[in-house]
Amino acid sequence: MMLVFNPRRIIIDKSSTMINRYYHKAERGYNDYIATRYGIIYPYLTEGIYVKIQRCKGMRDMSPAEMAVFHQLEGICRDCFIKWGYREVRTPTIEYLHLFTSAGTLTPTMLGKVYSFLDWDGWSGERVVLRPDGTIPVARLYTETMSGQGLARLFYAANMFTFETGDKNRERWQCGAELIGAGSATADAELMALSTDIINKLCLKNVELRLSHAGLLKALLAKLKLNPEERHKLFDSILDGDTTVLTKVSRSVPELSDLLSIKGQTTGFLRENREALCHALPEIKPSLDDFLKTIAILDDLNLKYQVNISSGAGFEYYTGIIFQYFIGGEKIGGGGRYDALITSMGGGDVPASGCAIYLDRLINLVNAKTVLPAPVKKVLVKGSKSKETFKIADALRQAGFIAELDLDGKSTNWTLEVKSDGMLTLISKARKKTNAQSVEEVIKLLEAQGAT
Amino acid sequence: MPLKIALPKGRLLRKTAALLQKADWRLDEYHSSMGFYRPKSARFPDLLVRVFHEKDIPIQIAMGNYDLGICGLDWIEELLVKYPSSDIVKVKDLQYGQSWLYLAAADKSLNMRQNGFPLRIASEYPNLAEAYALKNRLSRFSIFPVWGAAEAYPPENADMALLAAQDAAEIDGYGLSPICPVLGSSTFLIANLNSHTKRDFEKIVTSIVNTTPEDIKTLSEKKEVALRKIVITTKYSRDTVRLALPDGHQQQQTIELLNKAGIKIEGYPSIDGNRRPKIAIDGVAVKVIRPQDMPLQVANGNFDLAITGRDWLTDHLAQFPSSPVKEVLDLKLRKVRLVAVVHQDLAVNNAADLQRFVNDRTEPFRLASEYVNIADKFARENHLGHYRVIPTWGATEAFLPDDADLLIENTETGRTIARHNLKIIETLFESTACLIGSTNSVNAEKRQRLDYIVNRLHTAVGDC
Repeated sequence: MMLVFNPRRIIIDKSSTMINRYYHKAERGYNDYIATRYGIIYPYLTEGIYVKIQRCKGMRDMSPAEMAVFHQLEGICRDCFIKWGYREVRTPTIEYLHLFTSAGTLTPTMLGKVYSFLDWDGWSGERVVLRPDGTIPVARLYTETMSGQGLARLFYAANMFTFETGDKNRERWQCGAELIGAGSATADAELMALSTDIINKLCLKNVELRLSHAGLLKALLAKLKLNPEERHKLFDSILDGDTTVLTKVSRSVPELSDLLSIKGQTTGFLRENREALCHALPEIKPSLDDFLKTIAILDDLNLKYQVNISSGAGFEYYTGIIFQYFIGGEKIGGGGRYDALITSMGGGDVPASGCAIYLDRLINLVNAKTVLPAPVKKVLVKGSKSKETFKIADALRQAGFIAELDLDGKSTNWTLEVKSDGMLTLISKARKKTNAQSVEEVIKLLEAQGAT
Repeated sequence: MPLKIALPKGRLLRKTAALLQKADWRLDEYHSSMGFYRPKSARFPDLLVRVFHEKDIPIQIAMGNYDLGICGLDWIEELLVKYPSSDIVKVKDLQYGQSWLYLAAADKSLNMRQNGFPLRIASEYPNLAEAYALKNRLSRFSIFPVWGAAEAYPPENADMALLAAQDAAEIDGYGLSPICPVLGSSTFLIANLNSHTKRDFEKIVTSIVNTTPEDIKTLSEKKEVALRKIVITTKYSRDTVRLALPDGHQQQQTIELLNKAGIKIEGYPSIDGNRRPKIAIDGVAVKVIRPQDMPLQVANGNFDLAITGRDWLTDHLAQFPSSPVKEVLDLKLRKVRLVAVVHQDLAVNNAADLQRFVNDRTEPFRLASEYVNIADKFARENHLGHYRVIPTWGATEAFLPDDADLLIENTETGRTIARHNLKIIETLFESTACLIGSTNSVNAEKRQRLDYIVNRLHTAVGDC
């Protein structure tokens, strides 16, 4: 029988009942599977027929090693957020679709990628979605349960779902903070300083901070004399990441070209030409001043940034500054001001801004060695008497070690044998044996080896 | 494996048959909507031809069950807009069967971006309707996917309808105003993407493409009865009882029942397409819609009472277990059985056999049915493991054995099933026409009117 080997397609869990059936069949003479060194097997009963037990397309498993990094990343974010005064919230995975369709929240392109469906009681025809964004649900939570409480610093760690084609992830994890109830440039600067704090603690190098301003973008678009339909479309394509389109359209208005061509750290141009620009384009004055104010604080804090007005990729709900963090070409986080969002939800005139760090992108970018703490020493506990063995293992855990019970007879760096007469033998990786009378003595031995 | 093509029944059948005749296919039985749905071509004897409802064809091509298909662009886009990475290649516009999809409303000045209550859109094209709503930033909307008669919904039961029409005048005839055209549709030859790159069907494609469409276009259009413009005057008050009556072949039995109940009704069945007949009971408004759509419409409060089948009520409750819709009265008409059907050659005779059969195979088990939610529940309850439900829009018998493994079908006598060389392995339940209503509370005046209708019908059924 011909063997088709196509490991890209199939990954099977050896323990599943499905696979037992194939083992069973194999014994009957099919003999058509390959066991790999990972304990993953690729069974084929006949040519072209294969078993498909695999994770959904676009979804990601995280291995123990990746989870260790993930938790550490999340922990660093959480620590920073808490120290800056933010409190954690958790919103549900499922929300009503209309929360995201209300004008000025997500672009139609993003809405076209949401996972929407009818709930089990969805006979009204209104759909629900798997949360595609982190900010909108937190704004909803604030409006629903915290309205009127003034300033709120909230943060979350959650997964977002958007449809992507090819091998891109459809489920993404992010840690984000929302600063609700403050409308000042200081508030914007706080979020950028906070994000920078996290980035520094993650020991990330060559991170670029790019700045744009939604208010400026909108004022410029208004200048292009487009009908509302075209203006929406253009704004959407900028938000969806197309940076060339605005430059193309703005050639007809020279002042715009000047503004849009500003790139880099130098904001001298903006400052020096503020008067002239405001004279030529009076509509941009409030936004330009707002932008300059925030930038002045960033300069005071000595935060490095690049200004690129036409790189406004982000969310439609932004009204003020938009900031994005990049490493190489990859965006690892960002945020912005969304003063109209809570208002549109009926939560009153509440200014707000927020930021988010994309955890799953960082898993591959951070150096695990610099992020992870020194591993806790692991001891394998062997013994014939369960009662004694469990007790000794427990004592080791109390002392801060990882104590694993021996189930498969394999040894690790440190093995502790519990003899039937109560004697203990500690065996190092080099097979060096040391006897001990009590578990306290063992702990001392381990600690003497620099093992905690 | 032979090359396979899916041909449409329904509105495109005549012109597609004419096209293939001109292309010298010499098909033996592709000329009526009845028959066995398995024509053979004398020119391409190895080609496997099947006839499907037009709506099923893009799905069949995308799944790879068929290499080629002919159907309207509207149904292709309805699939692609929701599943853009579907394996479909548009090979050629065959330039017949043109139509437009219009978004229409009774009131042209409708504010589409209103906040507050959701804007309701009724359509046979729910995916296109949703895409339109998202693209045009409707802040809050509900889509009513309907089997047909979308034009009957606005303004009382929906704010807008997305529907197919020859031109704006046809929309006008329904008493609606076209807001905008959403899609211009035509008949297309489509292919499965993998087949298109790997299989050689050039001869077949060439025979179709080289046949000049002009000859087809000149075919005399079936003369439609000029529609009298429907004037919508219905104003519902809070106390108005809204009754839905079925269209199609159930109309005769329904009118007989109403006669027996002493309920006079005018304009049902309608001769001019008016779906709002007059009933001789004060405070009761009647609308004629598809029986398939009634349970959902009663659940969402659009109608208070409806005459439909228990099969559709059961399907609705399988999708929405906590729905407020309930059976009010068994009308004891149109008795059918809902059955699970497999091919005669399959060594499966009952549910236990079925489970063994499914456990011993590696590919997903395929259930085809008009009753997708009943089929889904059947698969879950019978532990069918890895399964897929293929939604169909009629002519489901043609799916076995090549394109599905099991059908959930309704049958009166079992003759059609036997004629297609199929067998029944389980009867799920018996279905008759029934009056359905909602458990939601109503005010006293309305309750009185509802009771009056129920009592009249109860007496009529008792006389049967």
